[in-house]
Amino acid sequence: MPSDLVKEYFRTEHLPHIWCPGCGNGIVTRAIVKAIDNLGLSKDEVCIVSGIGCSSRASGYLDFNTVHTTHGRALAFATGIKFAKPELKVIVITGDGDASAIGGNHLIHAARRNIDITTIVFNNNTYGMTGGQYSPTTPTGDRATTAPYGNIDKSFDLCELAKAAGATYVSRSTVYTANMLIKQIENGIKNKGFSFIEALTICPTYYGRKNKKGEAVDMINYLKENAINIAAYDKLPEEERKGKFVIGELYKSSRPEYTEEYQKIIDSFTKGV
Amino acid sequence: MVDRNVKLMQGNEACVEAAILAGMRFYAGYPITPSTEIAELSSEKLPRVGGKFIQMEDEIASISAVIGASIAGVKAMTATSGPGFSLKQEGIGYAVITETPCVIVDVQRGGPSTGMPTAPAQGDIMQARWGTHGEHSIIALYPWSVKEIFYKTIRAFNLAEKYRTPVILLMDEVIGHMRERIELPNIDEIEIYNRKKPTCPPEEYKPFEVKAGDIVPEMAGFGEGYRFHVTGLTHDETGFPTNNGQIAERLIKRLVSKIEDNKDDIVEIDEYLLDDAEVAIVAFGSTARSCKAAIDVLRENGMKVGLFRPITIWPLAEKELTELSKKVKRIVVVEMNLGQYYLAVDRVAGRYTKVEKYGRVNGDLITPQEIVDFIKEVYYA
Repeated sequence: MPSDLVKEYFRTEHLPHIWCPGCGNGIVTRAIVKAIDNLGLSKDEVCIVSGIGCSSRASGYLDFNTVHTTHGRALAFATGIKFAKPELKVIVITGDGDASAIGGNHLIHAARRNIDITTIVFNNNTYGMTGGQYSPTTPTGDRATTAPYGNIDKSFDLCELAKAAGATYVSRSTVYTANMLIKQIENGIKNKGFSFIEALTICPTYYGRKNKKGEAVDMINYLKENAINIAAYDKLPEEERKGKFVIGELYKSSRPEYTEEYQKIIDSFTKGV
Repeated sequence: MVDRNVKLMQGNEACVEAAILAGMRFYAGYPITPSTEIAELSSEKLPRVGGKFIQMEDEIASISAVIGASIAGVKAMTATSGPGFSLKQEGIGYAVITETPCVIVDVQRGGPSTGMPTAPAQGDIMQARWGTHGEHSIIALYPWSVKEIFYKTIRAFNLAEKYRTPVILLMDEVIGHMRERIELPNIDEIEIYNRKKPTCPPEEYKPFEVKAGDIVPEMAGFGEGYRFHVTGLTHDETGFPTNNGQIAERLIKRLVSKIEDNKDDIVEIDEYLLDDAEVAIVAFGSTARSCKAAIDVLRENGMKVGLFRPITIWPLAEKELTELSKKVKRIVVVEMNLGQYYLAVDRVAGRYTKVEKYGRVNGDLITPQEIVDFIKEVYYA
């Protein structure tokens, strides 16, 4: 039986989802609706925009105003929606390849504008939908169907990228630390500006299998054992940081929001300021 | 003498004035010659009427933002030129399958690739028709004067809303940058068409269902109480993806036929001295202006030549071209390319008459004199 949360916010007639057994995307998707529920937003005011890939299929399962766009362009579509109707709460669902490879340009410019959009990247370190090719977040040395001899690319730190580009809320959590993820999504939505939340998730079918990471539970355990909260991480000596990754609210700042700034220009004509 | 609003206006400027009159309240674009004035003027004028202008990070982002704005319920436009038009094809295909009204202006320049940015060309005729992948139909309009840019921009918005489709407004460097006298109409003289919105209870709304007597599905905007899903995947009437081949075929055929079956409404052509013509020139945009001047010269020399000018270049005016081909001895397609529209015209008209082509790709306008010379050759051949 679906939970009350699922019944309220999911288009249950379109379930079951297409995700593989052991996939972490369901945990992230649930965290999004839980955050929306906690904030008490009305379903009519929420707009979910996604790109292309496994995670981007989530938009179709959610009972809001939803758009499943083209590959990499979710943020560009979302910018049009938010700018046209600033009263909508716009949330972007995207994957690591969608957001930072084909959509990398849109990501940095949405962050630069500080437009009030909350972006949640489902980072599973691979292109799952097409069968496990290396993505910008596949760690160096790891295997993928297009890196049969090991990946020689340096992987992106997406949070550092978003922060440098101008996001005013940047956080990272995992599918193990799901409650933390929910809180971060709430805070991201509350932030008046561009919020970037990286949700580390797992792909046992492709990334896990190709790199002998074990079953889904093993991969979640890996996240549990190697994720360190920012407060503890900051105190950790450099040599002990190796192989660990930082989670938590990594960066917050305040800066004028794009649609509000533009509204001032409109008001200067209509109100004769 | 009544007060008349007469102006000297540039083609690109007329496009912006008309778009705002047609209801454009969102523009997203990226700078590119020779269309940039459309972005610049939109940035100046839109906030004055409560509209939004945004310069996006690239061409693909611009068309994507335009589609997003239209899905949200706001009439939206973007403008570009050859290389940018190529990039926008991704979004145009998305607008086709999601039936999202929007206007894409392409002020053509020399190509392929960066080509000759400031030189006129008509090399995007086939890209306008087939630029995006997959089976589809498209509406493309091509005005030839500043006045006509004004009225066809309004028509482009009206057709986009009426048929829920992207509409391509083709121009070329010459008409985009040309300045002419134009008498602006009053707003009450203009017919504006707005997309039909649903009135049913939200739980009954099927966003891609065509109701009896309608051409296209009713279109709600986001935040209006109708929560629905939009996807570039092949979808059923509820808007959700399907791999069912029958549903897919029904959808694609409907998207094509909503345009092809309504040619009587969509196709618009202009004729000049065709009644007794033995030779018909087919031309559009700035080239058609040279053709008209050439026809005047040829007529003075006693040659019966006329002009068939498609204002709607896509869908093709098959019926009208067939009638023409049965009437004249020769058809000559004149265009600033090596025969793109000629291929389409010859397919239809070639059954009944000989179709010739005259084109060039050196970045110069086709002059009336060279058309006169070519027609004389054809005429006495």
